[in-house]
Amino acid sequence: MSDDNKPEEIMFAQALNMAMNKAMADDPKVILLGEDIADKQGGGVFKVTAGLSAQYGTERVRSTPISEQAIVGAAVGSALVGYKPVAEIMLMNFITVAMDQLVNHAAKLRFMSGGQTSVPLTIRTTTGAGTGLGGQHSDMLEAWLAHVPGLKVVAASNPADAYGLLYSSIMDDNPVVFIENTPGYFVKGPAPAPDHTVPLGKASVPREGTDISLITYGSGVSRCHAAAEKLAADGVSAEIVDLRTIAPWDEETVFTSVAKTKAAVVVHEAVKSFGTGAEISSRIHEELFSDLKAAVGRVGSGYAPVPFSPTIEKAWMFNDDDVVREAKKILG
Amino acid sequence: MANTDMADKDVLTDIFTRADLIMQSDIKFRQMIGAGQLQIVYYPVRGQEVVSAAMMAAVNQDDYLVTIYRGLHDQLAKGIPSKDLWAEFAGKVTGTCKGKGGPMHITHPETGVMVTTGIVGSGLPIANGLALASQLEKDGKVTVCCFGDGATNIGAFHEALNMAQIWKLPVIFLCQNNLYGEHTAMAESTSSETIKQRGEGLGVRSVRVNGNDASEMYAAAKEAVEFARAGSGPTLIEAMTFRYHGHLLGDTSHYIPEAEMEQAKKDDPMPILRQQLLDLQISEADIAAIEKKNADIIEEASQFALDSDYPPGEEYRIDVLDVEIAA
Repeated sequence: MSDDNKPEEIMFAQALNMAMNKAMADDPKVILLGEDIADKQGGGVFKVTAGLSAQYGTERVRSTPISEQAIVGAAVGSALVGYKPVAEIMLMNFITVAMDQLVNHAAKLRFMSGGQTSVPLTIRTTTGAGTGLGGQHSDMLEAWLAHVPGLKVVAASNPADAYGLLYSSIMDDNPVVFIENTPGYFVKGPAPAPDHTVPLGKASVPREGTDISLITYGSGVSRCHAAAEKLAADGVSAEIVDLRTIAPWDEETVFTSVAKTKAAVVVHEAVKSFGTGAEISSRIHEELFSDLKAAVGRVGSGYAPVPFSPTIEKAWMFNDDDVVREAKKILG
Repeated sequence: MANTDMADKDVLTDIFTRADLIMQSDIKFRQMIGAGQLQIVYYPVRGQEVVSAAMMAAVNQDDYLVTIYRGLHDQLAKGIPSKDLWAEFAGKVTGTCKGKGGPMHITHPETGVMVTTGIVGSGLPIANGLALASQLEKDGKVTVCCFGDGATNIGAFHEALNMAQIWKLPVIFLCQNNLYGEHTAMAESTSSETIKQRGEGLGVRSVRVNGNDASEMYAAAKEAVEFARAGSGPTLIEAMTFRYHGHLLGDTSHYIPEAEMEQAKKDDPMPILRQQLLDLQISEADIAAIEKKNADIIEEASQFALDSDYPPGEEYRIDVLDVEIAA
């Protein structure tokens, strides 16, 4: 409900739906593929595509068999000849089934063809722990994808960004993996204006500070906001950098922030070891080593599959207190 | 296998012209690699010329093709200019892909060659995507997707045929069954007796033909193309053929029983097709002229490949994304 005093708020899922709706209205070459995405099958398991097949027809909004290789392959092939397919891979763990199509084909065909073809597809996929979905429905696998030259990787932290970033992903001439957060689908945030845009590759600074930079994305952003509040109570001024695009990431904004604060923690939900935090931390050291008050810290989840039982899942998963602890350790 | 009437003179001449270019190209590649003039991994196509030549004679230049690492025959038959193709095989800047694809990754959109993959079975889901685009676009194009018998043991084959059938996509799955997947005989790796049975199990219109018989292969190809263009859906063609020079150059085919190889060589499709032309009253001189023309094309193309430059090293930063990657 909106009233005159408050800006209208919408949920993530609605923002994503609006972005696809706008893209389909703007460009007849935008098509959607995925399991159960048409209205007859429910408009997607999380209703993210609800109403789109009614509006644009089942030629353009196609429910598919449970065949991830065939889904991504159909997206690759149609993208090669001018379509802008948006393929929903229901859960990020299912991307493993389609990695050949994504890594060996979507990411490489522009290069291997010497630029004669391109693959402007978008893979939408959801994941995220914290709700007891266990070991095969909640993994954060962005580091694998970010390691592949030719793939872009995006994760939004609020509905307005989700709207702008998904639209930009669909219109981008490169293959993009757009990571959604399952527990976050029903989180609300300010509604974007219809013409709201967010370019790929550009981070935001949703909270400014002077003592330490918290560099994060996706589900890490709300944790960092909570951590920044706790740090503020202890007199520490934390700045938050929301990467928004994980690959290619916005080095300029990150380096500018860390050059100012001279301290940084990289925060993500994914398992800490070999995560994107290692790359970002390493790049900060390469560029700003002599300016730093202390080595860059990292916060991530534990070295284990996502556990089921709530007690183990909670212990395994990163949280705002981990961020506070790491920040205080760095600042001595 | 179906009994088919002999294709007409012009069609057979067209098929022979393409097939002879393939055969001579294959021979020349093997010679040059053997002589150390080219240092490339090469998957010989000798023996499979007629399958491709007949298939591609039944489609248009703007129809799409997806093929595999053993793809020289498909690429030449589809019409990629020999110079561009030879230069790419040699890794030169004048090649179809500026030397960035190589023999296993040929793309040439002008002749409809959209993807050449080095990953067994991966082409089929992509072929569906091209065919889906044609279906949505209503452009009347068909997509030909070539692969071997070995590819039918990988999941992508089954996913792709299923999807193509439920969506009635205009795609022709051309399984060039040369009876060996790498070094393993089909009988030892494949649960069904034929590949056709697999297609039928997935509800796809499926035929099995002697791919080495130009007329029979052409008839099956033409029928599949018409079926697809009419909007009736995909066809799986299991085209029986053979390869004489192993999985890749240097492979001695030690795993193929001698008697089998001997018989296969007796059934070599190229002299048979040549004789068919003579039987149709095409003169020895006319056939020799085709062969000479092909030899000249290959001579020029191979020399062009040798003479061309390699791409500059910095080329690696281009075409990764739509913008150049910083040095």
